[in-house]
Amino acid sequence: MQRIGVFVCHCGSNIAATVDVEKVVEYAKLEPGVVHAEDYQYMCSEAGQMKIAEAVKDKNLTGIVVCSCSPRMHETTFRNAAKRAGINPYMVEIANIREHCSWIHKDIEEGTEKAVILARAAIAKVNLNAPLEPGESRVTKRALVIGGGIAGIQTALDIADAGYEVDIVEKTPSIGGRMSQLDKTFPTLDCSACILTPKMVEAAAHEKVNIYTYSEVDKVSGFVGDFTVDIKKKARSVDMDKCTGCGVCSEKCPMKKTPSEFNRGLENRSAIYTPFAQAIPNVPVIDRENCIMFKTGKCGVCSKVCQAGAIDYEQQDEIITENYGAIVVATGFDTIKLDDFDEYAYNQSKDVITSLELERVMNAAGPTKGHLERLSDGKAPKEIVFIQCVGSRDVTCRGKEYCSKICCMYTAKHAMLIRDKYPDVNVTVFYIDVRTPGKNFDEFYRRAVEEYQVNYIKGQVGKVMPQADGKLLVQGVDLLDNRQILKEADMVVLATAIEPEAGVRKIATMLTASIDTNDFLTEAHPKLRPVESPTAGVFLSGVCQGPKDIPETVAQAGAAAVKAIGLLAKDKLMTNPCTAKADELLCNGCSTCANVCPYGAITYEEKEINDHGIRENRRVAAVNTALCQGCGACTVTCPSGAMDLQGFSNRQILAEVDAICR
Amino acid sequence: MQELINKSKELLASGSINRVLGWKAGDLSYNPEPAFFTSEEELADFIYDDFCAANLSKFMIEAAKKEGKTLVFLKPCDTYSFNQLLKEHRVDREKAYIVGVGCSGKLSTTKIKEQGVKGITKITTNGDTLEIATLYGDKSLNRSDVLLERCHVCKGKEHRIYDELIGESKETSDRDKFKEVEMLEKMSPEEKFAFFQQELSKCIRCNACRNVCPACSCRKCVFDSDKFDSAQKLNANSFEEKMFHIIRAFHVAGRCTDCGECSRVCPEGIPLHLFNRKFIKDIDELYGEFRAGEDAETVGPLTSFTFDDAEPQEAVERG
Amino acid sequence: MSIENKEFKPKIVAFCCNWCSYAGADLAGSSRLAYPADVKIIRVPCSCRVNPMFVLRAFEKGADGVILCGCHPGDCHYTTGNYYTRRRMSLLFSMLDFIGVENGRTRVEWVSAAEGVKFSTTMNDFAKKIHSLGENVRLGDIRCKN
Repeated sequence: MQRIGVFVCHCGSNIAATVDVEKVVEYAKLEPGVVHAEDYQYMCSEAGQMKIAEAVKDKNLTGIVVCSCSPRMHETTFRNAAKRAGINPYMVEIANIREHCSWIHKDIEEGTEKAVILARAAIAKVNLNAPLEPGESRVTKRALVIGGGIAGIQTALDIADAGYEVDIVEKTPSIGGRMSQLDKTFPTLDCSACILTPKMVEAAAHEKVNIYTYSEVDKVSGFVGDFTVDIKKKARSVDMDKCTGCGVCSEKCPMKKTPSEFNRGLENRSAIYTPFAQAIPNVPVIDRENCIMFKTGKCGVCSKVCQAGAIDYEQQDEIITENYGAIVVATGFDTIKLDDFDEYAYNQSKDVITSLELERVMNAAGPTKGHLERLSDGKAPKEIVFIQCVGSRDVTCRGKEYCSKICCMYTAKHAMLIRDKYPDVNVTVFYIDVRTPGKNFDEFYRRAVEEYQVNYIKGQVGKVMPQADGKLLVQGVDLLDNRQILKEADMVVLATAIEPEAGVRKIATMLTASIDTNDFLTEAHPKLRPVESPTAGVFLSGVCQGPKDIPETVAQAGAAAVKAIGLLAKDKLMTNPCTAKADELLCNGCSTCANVCPYGAITYEEKEINDHGIRENRRVAAVNTALCQGCGACTVTCPSGAMDLQGFSNRQILAEVDAICR
Repeated sequence: MQELINKSKELLASGSINRVLGWKAGDLSYNPEPAFFTSEEELADFIYDDFCAANLSKFMIEAAKKEGKTLVFLKPCDTYSFNQLLKEHRVDREKAYIVGVGCSGKLSTTKIKEQGVKGITKITTNGDTLEIATLYGDKSLNRSDVLLERCHVCKGKEHRIYDELIGESKETSDRDKFKEVEMLEKMSPEEKFAFFQQELSKCIRCNACRNVCPACSCRKCVFDSDKFDSAQKLNANSFEEKMFHIIRAFHVAGRCTDCGECSRVCPEGIPLHLFNRKFIKDIDELYGEFRAGEDAETVGPLTSFTFDDAEPQEAVERG
Repeated sequence: MSIENKEFKPKIVAFCCNWCSYAGADLAGSSRLAYPADVKIIRVPCSCRVNPMFVLRAFEKGADGVILCGCHPGDCHYTTGNYYTRRRMSLLFSMLDFIGVENGRTRVEWVSAAEGVKFSTTMNDFAKKIHSLGENVRLGDIRCKN
């Protein structure tokens, strides 16, 4: 029989307001095995943990139940407290009487009754707990960063600087990401390329950083400390070692009708191309879908003009398999498609563009060489209307419920830059709210309004109507003046919502990392573990976790790097001891469990078994605890109940069921 | 029958097998029982007739532990069970010499008795008729009227696994195997419940179904171990008492070959095969037709999946 | 107080996987999204840890409804666990329906860690359904002793 101590936390008034904690203590004392029960203001405090230690000593406890917040919050805290007090940490169970009880029930009687039952279930479970010892697993001292934008670059550099090998996998032909497409950055207005390019060069030159561009993660197996990843290096059709980056091939390529991804389709590129001048690596790729040679077998111009003989039409996709201790996801974002937003006439008029397209228009390397002009006729615009929250804060299914966070600031930036360079251009911004928290952010926005006389109108735009004369008629509303507005504009810029890069769901699935309904990756804890995924060894960097601007992204990238470094610095990891275990006396050796094990952790051995005096050779299951992650799929498949899960055994769960249904 | 005995004698004499697993005459002419034979003398009791319904596959688990090879006689439907056991590593193919025996349907003594026949002394088959000598005179019955339930849904005359074949087989299937299940499915919840409550209330927990079932081959049944707090004596634990048949059926779901032994041996006549057949029907409809024991390799439906399987709610609410 | 007037307080057991649904329940809690106190959650590592015997045991011990929650298919922390759950529970629920247990006392829902709202609405909806079905007598009485 266990000697169980029950500790009921008030959590200030978080629990105590809707649960009569003293009553929980009183009822807990009646349960079998309970030799001690008490309540305390904050069990997680040092004083609270001391109480556990004292009771362990005084009452000779063998098991502990803490009735408190979610085990996802403080299970580790209380397990460590138990360990310090001299009890096996796995003799602790948590009754979640906060998230699952006090916070959702208003009636104190109801709350108390439920808390008592939840406590009972935990007590019933602890009665059947057994001490467990974690095993050890090795750590491969190499990290993988998925995505080569500013988030990925920063994370990789920080990890590399700490002395660990890092591989960056980037799906496009160059690292740089969205930031490389930006012209200027807020709130300092410094040139994006000027601050990004040195980082890109640093990453490329760093001896610990290895970059796979034009590559994708194909398969992931393993677990924290020892992931095995297949990276698919797509055929570049250009030999990276031979290419000198002279650019003659792109220049001479006869096929120049493919919309440039880098310039957001505002300009065409050749079939063999380097996305932008500062690309790293400065080695072009052949876009096989649009290459005449690949389509018809007749061309070969690039091969003829290449002095270095670097063109290789025969190149094949290559799979590289590498082991990693930690994986950082930095897959970034894209703007949403505007096909469902007909009212803004985006697909009808070339002069309605997204803000990211405006970045390219304003950029010296962009389609207009940095001149602000209408894309339809090349004329200089005199009236520009910016529309905020296009698809953001939109509860209809076509848009996104969340705020894209960066739009208010970049629109202020655009407005300011335009007014600065072209004082004769009028700029109007339609907005729902202007949100500018951040260091020097509101000051920046105020400058746009006060110094640059940008005309901000609180209200939404209902419709943009292209006119016969090429003008755009913007129909909106001024909520402060409570009046309809009809405004003629030469150009309309849409602050388009951002969403996680397509394909992140596939990556999340491969990594078994949680993802939310908007396809943002989920944090292990939204406040306390914001750069870790709930999947151990997987970290989050940049916008893949939620909308962010550049400084936030860089800060988070560094934080993700630190978490990865903290993992890589360890020589061994403690493994989860809640693994499957076969009772050899009951095992039929039928192999059914091995069929459902996602980790290949179950093998079979011929073994002499002493079954109550009968000795015979039997085929029995053996679980490799280093591989087993403790899902329990095998336990249900096993017809005889030979396979059980430690920490979540059949009897433990049934005891909980019984306690709840009592 | 003589051919089977001759084959057994020949192989025993040659030393290529150590024993024979077959049927021997029981105390009555219509209740032969499974038996091992190790010598020519013992084979004098060997019998193979219309009442040799017992599926010998499960006995091969014991045989696998014995020295040397065992000759086993398997009817076409029995070979499904053998394959399933082979898949689960419960029998040893190397230690089995499988003689596929001919079968043209086996008879149900229960059904014969239900026809009002009493005091049977001898039964002889004459084509499609059954000549029965009883204490009260001779009777004759139509063979098809007293076929075992499982023979009406015969799996076919093909042996799925064997070393050699002796005798002719005949496919006796003349019913839709899911008909009974479908009838029940169409009933209202109240009617269904009333039906099963009545049937299950007859159960005396004798474990005959479990003991005969070739899929219920665990070294130790969950109901006999303490892994689920269910190891209690009869009637002591209401969980075991109430849920036994549902749990048993679930444990063999995807593994059950529908051999029908459970219903055949139930002393209370509970149609236990209905549980198994419901699972088989659901599996066929939801995950594609699957016949356990057709071979010894295919992964079973509960240990595999597809990405677009039906959701449980859809599974229940379909048609 | 007569039996007829006694308010029906259903017992509902919710098995929640640690990675998605339990976290979703936590989020429902921290977001103060209420659902009936009749729902009691049991934490399991993965929905595939739930043995049909647990479900049957709950009913036998007097539960009026049993719900399993796991990660959305494709998002399982253990990659494939919920796919097995889906097949197992499809067959189990269909069997319960076959023997005449009211369809609706059992349910499987996929709730992610971010879906606090879904967790709450699911539980409200399920509790409402159980309320409408009333007390579960059948599974406790599938073998009557007479």
